[in-house]
Amino acid sequence: MTTTAASEGALVSIPHLLARNVSAFGDKPAYREKEFGIWQSWTWAEAEAEIRSIALGLLELGVEKGDFIAIIGRNRPAMYWSMVAAQMCGAVPVPLYQDAVAEEMAYVLEHCGARFVIVGDQEQVDKVIEVQQTVSGIDQIIYQDRRGMRKYDHTHMNALGDIQATGKAAHERFDKELEVRWQGLDYDDTCVMLYTSGTTGRPKGVVLSNRNIIETSKNSAEFDNLLPGDEVLAYLPMAWVGDFIFSIGQAYWTGFCVNCPESAGTMMTDLREIGPSYYFAPPRIFETQLTNVMIRMEDAGRLKQWLFKTFMAHAKRVGPKILDGQDVSGVDKLKYALGNLFVYGPLKNTLGLSKVRVGYTAGEAIGPELFDFYRSLGINLKQLYGQTEASVFITQQKDGEVRSDTVGTPTPGVELKIADNGEVFYRSPGVFVEYFKNADSTKDTKDGEGWVATGDAGFIEPETGQLRIIDRAKDVGKMADGRLFAPKYVENKLKFFPNILEAVVFGADRAMCTAFINIDLTAVGNWAERNNIAYASYQELAGHPQVLATIQSHVEEVNESIAQDEMLSGCQIHRFLVLHKELDADDGEMTRTRKVRRRIVEEKFSDLINALYDGSDTVSTVTEVTYEDGRKGAIKATLELRDVKVVDQQQQMAAE
Amino acid sequence: MKDMADGYITEDGRKIGGVMMEMKNITLRFGGVVAIKDISFDIREGEIRAIIGPNGAGKSSMLNVISGFYHPQEGEVWFHGKKRPSMKPYQVAQQGIARTFQNIALFEGMTVLDNVMTGRLTHMKTNMFQQAIWWGKAQAEETAQREKVEKIIDFLEIQHIRKTPVGRLPYGLKKRVELARALAAEPKLLLLDEPMAGMNVEEKEDMSRFILDVNDEFSTTIALIEHDMGVVMDLSDRVVVMDYGKKIGDGTPDEVRNNQDVIDAYLGVAHD
Repeated sequence: MTTTAASEGALVSIPHLLARNVSAFGDKPAYREKEFGIWQSWTWAEAEAEIRSIALGLLELGVEKGDFIAIIGRNRPAMYWSMVAAQMCGAVPVPLYQDAVAEEMAYVLEHCGARFVIVGDQEQVDKVIEVQQTVSGIDQIIYQDRRGMRKYDHTHMNALGDIQATGKAAHERFDKELEVRWQGLDYDDTCVMLYTSGTTGRPKGVVLSNRNIIETSKNSAEFDNLLPGDEVLAYLPMAWVGDFIFSIGQAYWTGFCVNCPESAGTMMTDLREIGPSYYFAPPRIFETQLTNVMIRMEDAGRLKQWLFKTFMAHAKRVGPKILDGQDVSGVDKLKYALGNLFVYGPLKNTLGLSKVRVGYTAGEAIGPELFDFYRSLGINLKQLYGQTEASVFITQQKDGEVRSDTVGTPTPGVELKIADNGEVFYRSPGVFVEYFKNADSTKDTKDGEGWVATGDAGFIEPETGQLRIIDRAKDVGKMADGRLFAPKYVENKLKFFPNILEAVVFGADRAMCTAFINIDLTAVGNWAERNNIAYASYQELAGHPQVLATIQSHVEEVNESIAQDEMLSGCQIHRFLVLHKELDADDGEMTRTRKVRRRIVEEKFSDLINALYDGSDTVSTVTEVTYEDGRKGAIKATLELRDVKVVDQQQQMAAE
Repeated sequence: MKDMADGYITEDGRKIGGVMMEMKNITLRFGGVVAIKDISFDIREGEIRAIIGPNGAGKSSMLNVISGFYHPQEGEVWFHGKKRPSMKPYQVAQQGIARTFQNIALFEGMTVLDNVMTGRLTHMKTNMFQQAIWWGKAQAEETAQREKVEKIIDFLEIQHIRKTPVGRLPYGLKKRVELARALAAEPKLLLLDEPMAGMNVEEKEDMSRFILDVNDEFSTTIALIEHDMGVVMDLSDRVVVMDYGKKIGDGTPDEVRNNQDVIDAYLGVAHD
């Protein structure tokens, strides 16, 4: 008992926080999961018992201090418990992306030398077995879901449930050892190792200490006043640092409840049922939700459409102001309240966002219209800027100071500086320890004083102190005539059109800018359906003349908007084409977090880029694609290239 | 190996038991048309047994004899070592035999959940009046049945369409829902009438995995009719081949594949 009392003083690790939570709010829900159609829940005390039995089982299997334990699976309580159980044993959890193919997993598993792998189901077991043909360090595979596993050779394999049972049975033997292990954890011990998805080169293992995770969780939780009663839906990949901070770091620090959906397909229904109060989603998810709403509204009756349009227009005008606590006239307030009754309330309920008190979006720039749509409904959606190396938080927006074009002021404890070339540097308690087995990269990224290069170019607005990001620092280049080239800036403007899913702009060291465009199949497909345009495949729709005309008009609009900005006016797009396939992580064209790998796209489609610059009207190409099961195939296509109207700087001047 | 009366172990480690169902000299006529002519074969406990043959060979008729829908004029059906008297299909269902249909036969206007719940009917004990009042016994029973149904929904990965009316589902998913309904009856013998018909490659792969998993997880004996030879040869332990109502082959996929009569039936042969 004395040990427990001592541990409460210093919360130096996740297991210490767990012990604190059990004594502080042991009977409050810690985890929920929808399974067999019902939400099952575990209190902190119950969760601790589960975690303890896994930890004892792991000790029984021979887990040593400092071992790496890979965790691969979708968001389920047992997977989170396994991570904390690993920490209790003094081992380091390494969550991996569950949709990675075996080849990608092999690199990470070999690099960290994982002795134990805990996976969700048979699919992951198969991948790990495939990896074992080349990687020899894996001793034991532990799986959660027994389905289909009966026939496997179990000499080095166990079901998680069996591990827990043996752990419980052996508790007399290992209780003491377990106590020594987790009590011995130090503030500077490794808490977790996360592999960055790596837009360039091999993934790097980012080592984050207990200090990194706990300090960051504490600062950010206090910033947003997160409380034990808050609810969060855990649906983003467990290998992503954000999920670790939200579902483990902040959850254990504040003691709020983590809810796991039933399956990927039921995520939206589960979101509605839970109604989280703290919600995080990348812009893409907000966009999908909005697209769905708009599509359904178009099928609604006249009265409903009129109600929706009238009140949404009103919300657009006064909603954000009300949310920011600014002065609004009484009539407007009344009308907004009425709108809330008829439109905003039911809509928020449909989206599952009725209870959101703090909502965040990050990862990519969010379109101003999209951002304002959610804020005008009264949802406190904000932006944050962060990366794995910072344990997520670098800057975030304060309530009442929210804008779509900035990413906020530094999170408490974070210092910022901007280098001469525009690159953003930061220093904070969350700054990572090192890249695992990669001293060179560590040195390149983090200097002696602890300043870390973000790789992003940006500036701090003098009036507000908010940070604004322009582009990746290495992507900001010069065009042939020396004008500034910022591809991401242009791509984001293009992507704000619902019809455009993805865009890649080229132009570094060239005379003019050109672009690849991916259409959004949901939005364009729906448009085609309403206009009686038949299509058999993505490729056919992407090549349809009317689709091309629509995209061309979008590109021209973007050109006009870019021309306003004197510094970037050279980035206007002269020619473009619509790609015949969606850029895909399975083909290596994107990272698992869906960021374009520019260099790979450039290499793979070099023939198309040449065609964009040699003035031809059409181009034929063959592209290799990888199917989900790893097989390869090829797509043949003839693409049309289009010239776009460009706003000429001098003409514009003359007109003025 | 296959003649061992008490069963055997397959190459992939599954245990196949003794004979569960035996068809003895079955002959089925519709007026003057002989659909099945003097056919005998058995189905062993735990195995996946396929019935194949060209169009009009009498496969579906055979399945309908097993399910009790048709009554053969000659021959006997033995189930679990006892001769089965002439039965109505619902009585056969109560014995633990469930089936899916070649042309999906679901309740289109009902949700997936309700459709699968109907598969539990043979296990419900409350009567119509108790169900009409609902509170009390019927409610408790429904909760218990729902739990079983949810396990099957989880097993077949159809959680996301639980509350969707079946009429709105694509074909491949409907087939899966039908399998779910048949499984809900917790059958000892599951009859599948062309489970892969009209599916694309990916759906076929999914369905094959589900069939294998069902056999593995619940030790359900499965008898299936299928046209896709690749699927049949990969899935089944033993195959019966029919042509013009007669049995022309019976054995492991390899034996059947090399049987000259079977090759002739499928590729055609000059009749002199």
